[in-house]
Amino acid sequence: MTIAAPSPSGIAALVDDNLAPRGIFAVIFSFLRRQPVGAIGITLVLIFGLAGVFANWLAPYNPTSNDFSAMTEAPSWAHWLGTDQLGRDLFSRILFGARTAFIVGLTAAFVGGVTGLVLGVGSAYFGGPVDLWLQRVLDIVMAFPLIIMALVVVSIFGTGLQNVILAITIPLIPRCARVVRSSALAIREVPYVDAARALGFGHIRIILRHMVPNVMGPFLVIITAFVGQAILAEAALSYLGLGVQEPVPAWGLMLQGGAEEYATTAPWIAVFPGLAIMLTVFGINLFGDSLRDELDPKLRDR
Amino acid sequence: MKAVLRAGTAVIAIMLAAAPAIAAETPKRGGTLTYMIPADSSPSFDGHREGTFATVHATAPFYSVLIRVDPENPSSTTDFVCDVCTELPKPTNEGRTYTFKLRDGIKYHDGSPLTSADVKASWEHIIFPPAGVLSPRQSYYLMVDRIEAPDPTTVVFRLKFATSAFLPALADPRTYLYQKANLDKDPRWYEKNILGSGPFKFVSYETGQAVNGVRNPDYYHKGLPYLDGFRAIYAEKQVTRIDAIRADRAATEFRGIPPASRDELKAALGDKLTVQLSDWNCGSFVEPNHKRKPFDDPRVRRALTLAIDRWGGVPPLSKVADVHTVGGIVFPGSPLAATKEELHKIAGFWPDIEKSRAEARRLLKEAGAEGLSFELVNRAVDQPYKYVGTWLIDEWSKVGLKVKMRTLSTGPWLAAARASDFEVFLGANCQAVTNPLMDIQRYLPGSVYAANYAQFEDPKQVALYDKMLHETDFTRQRALMREFEKHVIDTETHALWIVWWYRGIAHQSYMKGWKISSSHFLNQDLARVWLDK
Repeated sequence: MTIAAPSPSGIAALVDDNLAPRGIFAVIFSFLRRQPVGAIGITLVLIFGLAGVFANWLAPYNPTSNDFSAMTEAPSWAHWLGTDQLGRDLFSRILFGARTAFIVGLTAAFVGGVTGLVLGVGSAYFGGPVDLWLQRVLDIVMAFPLIIMALVVVSIFGTGLQNVILAITIPLIPRCARVVRSSALAIREVPYVDAARALGFGHIRIILRHMVPNVMGPFLVIITAFVGQAILAEAALSYLGLGVQEPVPAWGLMLQGGAEEYATTAPWIAVFPGLAIMLTVFGINLFGDSLRDELDPKLRDR
Repeated sequence: MKAVLRAGTAVIAIMLAAAPAIAAETPKRGGTLTYMIPADSSPSFDGHREGTFATVHATAPFYSVLIRVDPENPSSTTDFVCDVCTELPKPTNEGRTYTFKLRDGIKYHDGSPLTSADVKASWEHIIFPPAGVLSPRQSYYLMVDRIEAPDPTTVVFRLKFATSAFLPALADPRTYLYQKANLDKDPRWYEKNILGSGPFKFVSYETGQAVNGVRNPDYYHKGLPYLDGFRAIYAEKQVTRIDAIRADRAATEFRGIPPASRDELKAALGDKLTVQLSDWNCGSFVEPNHKRKPFDDPRVRRALTLAIDRWGGVPPLSKVADVHTVGGIVFPGSPLAATKEELHKIAGFWPDIEKSRAEARRLLKEAGAEGLSFELVNRAVDQPYKYVGTWLIDEWSKVGLKVKMRTLSTGPWLAAARASDFEVFLGANCQAVTNPLMDIQRYLPGSVYAANYAQFEDPKQVALYDKMLHETDFTRQRALMREFEKHVIDTETHALWIVWWYRGIAHQSYMKGWKISSSHFLNQDLARVWLDK
């Protein structure tokens, strides 16, 4: 029996497009083409994210300067989104508020996510008593709803940007650890991990080189969800007066105090910050859902 | 200032015009008054101990006092009347002895009689508190030598020296008359229990929710109270209170409603709502902690006050916040208060703000504190604390100061003050009866006035105060007051006086018989309130 070797052109034809190495732009374009809803989401996120980054250049007014000659002015050419009760320009405050939201959202999600990743993979890898005790501690933390836990942390450490980030980060850790652990438990049993162990690799190397890369799919999805949750939590804490403090521009803070007092006579004070929160979190959630679909082979081609 | 005076005159004129109409109406009996208390709860029920309206608004209807500001004319700063006494005494012994005769037949709500022993015990609880009992207004009575009760209906106050500040101090509405037996049993009994002889009997306290009272049929002011009872509901959030009034779930709140909310309610309810306005013997001040660098340097403290444009900033701020009048440390309605011309000579009140800020920058540079960053500790209450705080931060930024605000709810805010855990503190000096000689004790060092937490000693200031307190000639006393004021808020800048508040009460028009005063502590026993429905 003779088996004919395939020609080079035949090999190329056998290789799936998806398996071929591609540039980052091609990957992004492919994602956007397959996930149009995600494209809308990431566009919204980018708009607000870039607004925050470039707020110093984009904002027409100092966001903390009072202007008593322009108190509670309706949207106009001078003040696109109107002014608040102290005459501060709402458009400028929303731009700078985006910075606050993303600083809190991204930092809390990243720090909480990475800590959860380490704990989750470590817990799954070592198993036994380490896993048992670590999971029980995480169970206790998870027993409290995110906002309640954040309130407790703020009550202990006080208000302010750093403490808000800390308050939101802590409750995110067990949530990430739990998701990552379930994926890591399956990976721990695959032969290449056994092989690595048999070859005498250290725990750190096995975890970092062989386990962590294989839980990146669910990890990225949950991190995305965390950004939205953290932004909402920051807004909630600020609304309750426990987050960042006046005169720092923050969306939740803008919904408090004057926004309530002037809800009927100057509704723009409440509407625009509320809209900013809604669109940003909506965008993050759309992007996160699409990312999950993209990374899950079962959902990818539906 | 002229506009402020004009507005004040107009308000008084409106109130005077309305007075005959109010007086002409015959009060109706019955009904339960529901009102809101703008707080999450009362820290305790003990009026002697607490300084907050949250206690007074919940408990004043249950108690009698010795004398009081005339409830028919609560705006007056000099009109005092007896509550449990029969008539205001003429002082004897060169103004150093006051003898009060008590009414007959006054009973506590448990049926036991109120005697001079109870009055003596109550006042000693305030003036000479036993160990472990907090009495923040103890120093208001530093002129009192001793109290005697020679017979069951006579109480004698013997003073160390004669002073015009004594009678107003005696009329403080928080000087509830407690039962001697309970104080003997436990000096702190009244922190958690209520038993008085006032117009209403205590019914129940729903923890953190509401206080309920019912008419006292044995009240010694015959024919009063008009109401069958009251229900006071705690509601910290302003939106909740405004919605409750709009929907007639409550008749009012008695602290103060900011201008925008008053306008909103008026637009929604029209004639069903009545608004009463008054200058408020309450104002915002800033205290730098003298033990924290660089606030140990008077140049830095003086720069803080010089940076603030009070004349330009307060009028527009008053459109959105419960603030109104630019003034010195003495309540602007008082004869001892500074005139505008006198104020213009004090740092922070100069008419030329650019000159003032240039001087602030010079002082900061000289003190090596250019671009200074610090934290302002403030109370997490919108009106007017957060408004004033936000405004101040913007004002300070104009001389290059970078200020962050840390807002704390009432408990932690007070705790931070008491522990002097602040660099700069935004507080309020709120007084009940207008009594300038006592009201300005707030600015004396902590060794004299326990609730001053700025951590400084100043023997010169204390000596000046003592001289002023003992001075009986008004002209000389007024001159000493100017000297004291200049020393406190200019030369040494131990504190920065910011702005006097303005009180607006919006209530359902069917609630009658209640008259606004310059203090949210005054006239809260509800004995003369009635419902026209």
